[in-house]
Amino acid sequence: MGMEPNIFKYVWHHSRPEQLFILLLVIVSLPFYYFSLNLPKQIVNQGIQGQGFDGPGATQPFFRLHMPFGESLFGEPVLLFDGLSLAQADMLTALSLVFLSLVIVNGLFKFVINTRKGRLGERLLRRLRYELSDRILRFPLPQIRRVKPSEMATMIKDEVEPLGGFIGDAFATPIFLGGQALTALAFIMVQSIWLGLVAAAVVLFQAFLIPRLRRRILVLGRERQLTARMLAGRIGELIDGAVEIHANDTTNYERADLTARLGRIFKIRYEIYQRKFFVKFLNNLLAQITPFMFYLGGGLLAITGHLDIGALVAVIAAYKDLPAPIKELINWDQQRLDVQIKYEQVIEQFQPPALIDPQRQAVENDPGAPLEGPLVASALSLLDENDIPLLRSVSFTAESTQHIAVVGQSGSGMEQLSLLLAGLLEPSSGSLRIGGHDVDALPAAVTGRRISYVGQNAYHFTGSLRNNLLYGLKHRPVISADPEHSTSAFDKAESRRSGNPDLDIHDDWIDYHAAGAEGEADITERMLDVLSTVDLVDDAYRFGLTGTIDPVSKPDVADGILMARAAIIERLATSGNEDLVIRFEADAYNFNASVAENLLFGTPRRHDFVSEELASNETVRVILREAGLTDNFVTMGVTIAKTMVEIFADLPPGHPFFEQFSFISDDDLPEFRTIVTRVDNLGVEALDKAARQLLLGLPFKYVEARHRLGLVDESMAERLIDARRRLAERLERDCPDAVEFYRADAYNAAASLQDNILFGRLAYGQAQAEETIGRTLLEVLDDLGLRKTVIEVGLDYNVGIGGGRLSAGQRQKLAIGRALLKNPDLLIVNEAASVLDRSSQVRLIESILERRKGRGVIWTLQRPELASRFEMILVMGNGRLVEQGSYQDLQEKGTTFKTLVAAE
Amino acid sequence: MSIDQEVEILRRIPIFSEIDPAKLKLMAFASERLTFKPGQRLFNQGEMGDAAYIVLDGKADILVEGDDGPLRVAQLAENEIIGEIAILCDIPRTASVEAASQLTTLKITKDLFFRMIMDFPEMGVEVMRVLAHRLEQTTTQLRVARAAG
Repeated sequence: MGMEPNIFKYVWHHSRPEQLFILLLVIVSLPFYYFSLNLPKQIVNQGIQGQGFDGPGATQPFFRLHMPFGESLFGEPVLLFDGLSLAQADMLTALSLVFLSLVIVNGLFKFVINTRKGRLGERLLRRLRYELSDRILRFPLPQIRRVKPSEMATMIKDEVEPLGGFIGDAFATPIFLGGQALTALAFIMVQSIWLGLVAAAVVLFQAFLIPRLRRRILVLGRERQLTARMLAGRIGELIDGAVEIHANDTTNYERADLTARLGRIFKIRYEIYQRKFFVKFLNNLLAQITPFMFYLGGGLLAITGHLDIGALVAVIAAYKDLPAPIKELINWDQQRLDVQIKYEQVIEQFQPPALIDPQRQAVENDPGAPLEGPLVASALSLLDENDIPLLRSVSFTAESTQHIAVVGQSGSGMEQLSLLLAGLLEPSSGSLRIGGHDVDALPAAVTGRRISYVGQNAYHFTGSLRNNLLYGLKHRPVISADPEHSTSAFDKAESRRSGNPDLDIHDDWIDYHAAGAEGEADITERMLDVLSTVDLVDDAYRFGLTGTIDPVSKPDVADGILMARAAIIERLATSGNEDLVIRFEADAYNFNASVAENLLFGTPRRHDFVSEELASNETVRVILREAGLTDNFVTMGVTIAKTMVEIFADLPPGHPFFEQFSFISDDDLPEFRTIVTRVDNLGVEALDKAARQLLLGLPFKYVEARHRLGLVDESMAERLIDARRRLAERLERDCPDAVEFYRADAYNAAASLQDNILFGRLAYGQAQAEETIGRTLLEVLDDLGLRKTVIEVGLDYNVGIGGGRLSAGQRQKLAIGRALLKNPDLLIVNEAASVLDRSSQVRLIESILERRKGRGVIWTLQRPELASRFEMILVMGNGRLVEQGSYQDLQEKGTTFKTLVAAE
Repeated sequence: MSIDQEVEILRRIPIFSEIDPAKLKLMAFASERLTFKPGQRLFNQGEMGDAAYIVLDGKADILVEGDDGPLRVAQLAENEIIGEIAILCDIPRTASVEAASQLTTLKITKDLFFRMIMDFPEMGVEVMRVLAHRLEQTTTQLRVARAAG
């Protein structure tokens, strides 16, 4: 089903009643507009010049109202309202007030019409964006691989945007403006037929000339859109291909390409400007020709008495209103063409040769009964877009509960076969049936829930580990959100008006039953179970240790962690390892923590309290001054700077040691060298304020146990503790939210679980400290039954964009975990463990096959020797199924199989 | 012990004795000071070596693993270097080393050592000079041994 190619038809189809209502408003507004044009003449003639007033004291009726068509109906005028008798000055006041109210009425009309138009436009824009995005969700996979994501994104985001502004104007504006222009023209005609004709002639001339001049601009506009879209596509490639670009040193080639593209875009845009402003110039000129004629011709008519002056003034006033609508009308026309082009060019990209039938993805579809019975492939063939065969007449029969390995060289058709089995590709000919059902005719509700497919580069969505595991269960809303959190009925009604579906993202979408759970309470258990099958539990545990929790919402976790804090120190003491962790103590300096940490004695919650910012933090500076430490800090800074200047002097800038070890970056080193020389020659007193400030910043990152410059001795430590107390008092008074202080009996929400348990710093330079602590930590958590809690916190770990914060192996394991969690009838794994080393692969395959006993698994393997663990093996070669059988069979008779195994 | 004292100790070790103190200071600054408890192993015989250790304080036993368990062949004390062969070439450790008392060492990693030699070739020349001396000594000992045998 294609999209409507004509934007007018599209708009009309989806917004008829609204458009008609706006039209009605426009028509109703026109008489008021006409009255407001006529009024100046009346004010000048009657109010100011006193026409019809015979002398002082004379009155005239105001607002006398006759029944419309009364004379023709009753033969004589029917007076409805006799009007008020007013003297000249009162008449002027009354007329002026009427003028003012007409201005207000016209303004209100405009306001209502414009908001209505805006809403209409936004609704249609929303509809269009939804339809386009919906189409992307219905692109068949081969099609989706041919589009550039960034180009599609710009189309939906940017290119259709101007359509929103135009849609509201599509019908109403030409009628409103045309009506205004015609009203003004008619008014001029009534005043003087000749002046009217002149004005009409000029307008007609404009209407004829301008569109002709615009044709080229439109062609350019189309090019502008295409080149801009291609630029977006290229920028997307720069990011996706960053590794190749850097690895091949082609940044300059890419710069040249960008320059060429930008140059082309510049040329196009500049030519558009030139032409656009020429058209504008011409327009303005023509618009001014008319008043010239009015002043001259109308003036002559007035002098000769053929036209009264009031009428001339009104004509000129009316004419002032004529060019504006005409100009806007011309603009509208330009916009119309522009938008039509944009629309056509966008929807063209969203009309692939085939789209997935929306019925197959319908939310009402049911997964039905489990997929059971024989898996039969008969003469399965697949051609690529150039009709090159990828699979040639593949036939086999298996039980859908069997464990099947598919092996072959890359390009042998293994991947395509697994995609066909998952219903993600449609065969070009032949059929694939599971239990009598044609796989390519099954709705997504069946293929997506009864079958799990994991590819080699499985994608992970930005968000937590938990959400990525649960992603495979979110097929349709299961439990409605409570009214407080669900989308309001009002918003739902609005989304229906834009043709958006009635689905609420705030509902609970997790299909707990599919995962074998009852609900939110026990789904975590299922997730942990799956994680242990794919060997991700330890990873989740580590993520959990570095994670943070909100102690207010999880008080039991916080309490448990505090218990672990007490327990670990005991356990370390019994094993003689209590020296490995130096605890935070309110009245002791921690030589294994930095000066900044010792001063704050807490975790910063505000950016201006992180250690890099402390030197310029006003509160900290005041405290240092009060504690008499400012000069000491500068002196310490001098020592650090001297050491750095000495030992880094001969290293080339950019040397990795700077990054790893130095307090001073390579860029700043020369500046510090100057400072050090100055101190050596003239003493610290000779330094200016800026130099002192620089030096003051150095000691904050200094850790005595690590850097060993001997800067913090016992007496300095005591003075720093004094400063710590002063700072704490000051902070509690002035900004209590800046720092979360270390308190031995309280959970620190800003620090990680591990930091909360250790409540101190690992001692530097103790052999095997990390291993010992790690081991002891685990023992303590196990004793307290907290390991699971930590893993659960680990489930909240943010996996980053595309899973970027996970290793390649973790990504593959997580993807398999996601596939397992939904308990599919058939699990298809397409080389999805390929980045793991051999022994991890074996472990993973064995634990998954164990878990899937009696349920179908089809696994395409990179290492054919691993196939011994499967009941049946399909050997692919050059798109054909060349051999099949059990591992023993193939070991004896399978020539290709033996070659494959031998080739390893 | 401050970094300057560490530099002093480094200078007493032959392969570092002629090297510019500022470079030694950099090496000390970039190295980890590692403390072992009595009985803790620095490394085991047969492992690939990635670091040399300079004894700053305490004693270390050199153990050769035999069929009857480890056999102590030597004890090293302050100002001595342990396992320097491993940071010069890729061979497995020829013995195990265990802390005989509370032992403080400076751990010079292979990466750091090579980086230093790359960045300061004169340091490489110094190391070569010391190694050549040792070779000459070994050759002499061999000659003496042969003459005796």
